Amino acid sequence: MPFLGGDARTARWVRGCHRIRDNGGVALYRDEGVVLRTQNLGEADRIVTLLTRRTGVVRAVGKGVRRTKSRFGARLEPFSHVDLQLHTGRALDVITQADTLHAYGESIVADYSRYTSATAMLETTEKIVVVEKEPALRHFLLLIGALRTLGENTHDPRMVLDAFLVRSLAVAGYAPALEECARCGARGAQPSFAVHAGGVVCSVCRPHGVATPAPETVRLMSALLRGDWEAADASEERHRNECSGLVAAYLQWHLENGIRSLRLVERA
Amino acid sequence: MYEGAVQNLIDELGRLPGVGPKSAQRIAFHLLAAETADVKRLTHALTEVKERVRFCDICGNVSEEEECRICRDARRDGAVICVVEESKDVVAIERTREYRGRYHVLGGAISPIEGVGPDDLRIKELMARLSDGQVTELILATDPNLEGEATATYLARLVKPMGLKVTRLASGLPVGGDLEYADEVTLGRAFEGRRSLED
Repeated sequence: MPFLGGDARTARWVRGCHRIRDNGGVALYRDEGVVLRTQNLGEADRIVTLLTRRTGVVRAVGKGVRRTKSRFGARLEPFSHVDLQLHTGRALDVITQADTLHAYGESIVADYSRYTSATAMLETTEKIVVVEKEPALRHFLLLIGALRTLGENTHDPRMVLDAFLVRSLAVAGYAPALEECARCGARGAQPSFAVHAGGVVCSVCRPHGVATPAPETVRLMSALLRGDWEAADASEERHRNECSGLVAAYLQWHLENGIRSLRLVERA
Repeated sequence: MYEGAVQNLIDELGRLPGVGPKSAQRIAFHLLAAETADVKRLTHALTEVKERVRFCDICGNVSEEEECRICRDARRDGAVICVVEESKDVVAIERTREYRGRYHVLGGAISPIEGVGPDDLRIKELMARLSDGQVTELILATDPNLEGEATATYLARLVKPMGLKVTRLASGLPVGGDLEYADEVTLGRAFEGRRSLED
């Protein structure tokens, strides 16, 4: 073994040799994920925030992504579902390879209301799944499902967004109480919806100044939470609007930080 | 830490994009060693850019007068407007020497996640320019990324009732690139926009 001077350096060199031999310690990993956000870094690089299937939220650098001749091309654009190889870095990982599994962006961006709804989904996911590298499989599956539904354009984009938002909150542990009073637990349909109480409330528990939505609105929210699209598609426009307002208020209350893109969501 | 003026200079330089503390220090010492006339030229250029440069009243491009050079040029085709995100894009298109129409600089792209909506861009000004009926074609040359595409979709929908010819820059394979490295979206678009070699 060559002497490199200093115990620490020798030890490091030895560890390095071991790593090359069995390849066990190489900090490369592979995962699939959806691009949530991109931020420019330096001359031609981008920091890409992804929600991956096995690793959870990962922030990684895509080197040279902004160049026209980049080998990543359009693969690391928001809404892309990609198969990735990453190299673990000190603060940020580095994307070494990327392959498209589904490019949801193409169909989403073709319609402005779909685009604004999808952007709100990405921003919400980023705010709900706050801890990096902690698996969040259910959030991942929910996001993939919602992006696919939006791309297929089978339902009103605004309802797809609302369904995604209530279900994301439910996965995070903030499911609204819709079938019983959020305070006393009295079963059945309740007249008021109290955001800070966590759902519908009965007339006895009802705090001052809370909303009294139409019973159809609460039923619509419940259908969206369950994924009952037949009932949701049959709903009226005014109940959809009311439902969107309640879902947005409920989301902002639980997330504390506002979702900026919700302001720009457009109705179809 | 250095004394007074040198440290001030390093701090100010360090606030520029892409300049880290070491680069700031290197530039500061380069300036310190440079000829007084060279440094004066630099300070003059800096003050001048803030005093004289403004945005064109018509297209929003950077200009030294009320109207930019392109908007003043009578030889330019007033029937075609090319919509771009930034002034930098005007320069990029001008370098091609292919385009003889006029421009409209939006000042960015619609990006809900950054809180930038249609009202934050120069879209109202564009609509005012289109309303006089002189323009026959609108070229949407926003960036070929997601935000640029969304902005183009929004604008196309907005001007549809006006009955203008609305076009979008083609996207496809970069000249000098390798086909095997092209991503699916780009290659798909290249296929969509393929052209016949017979004519």
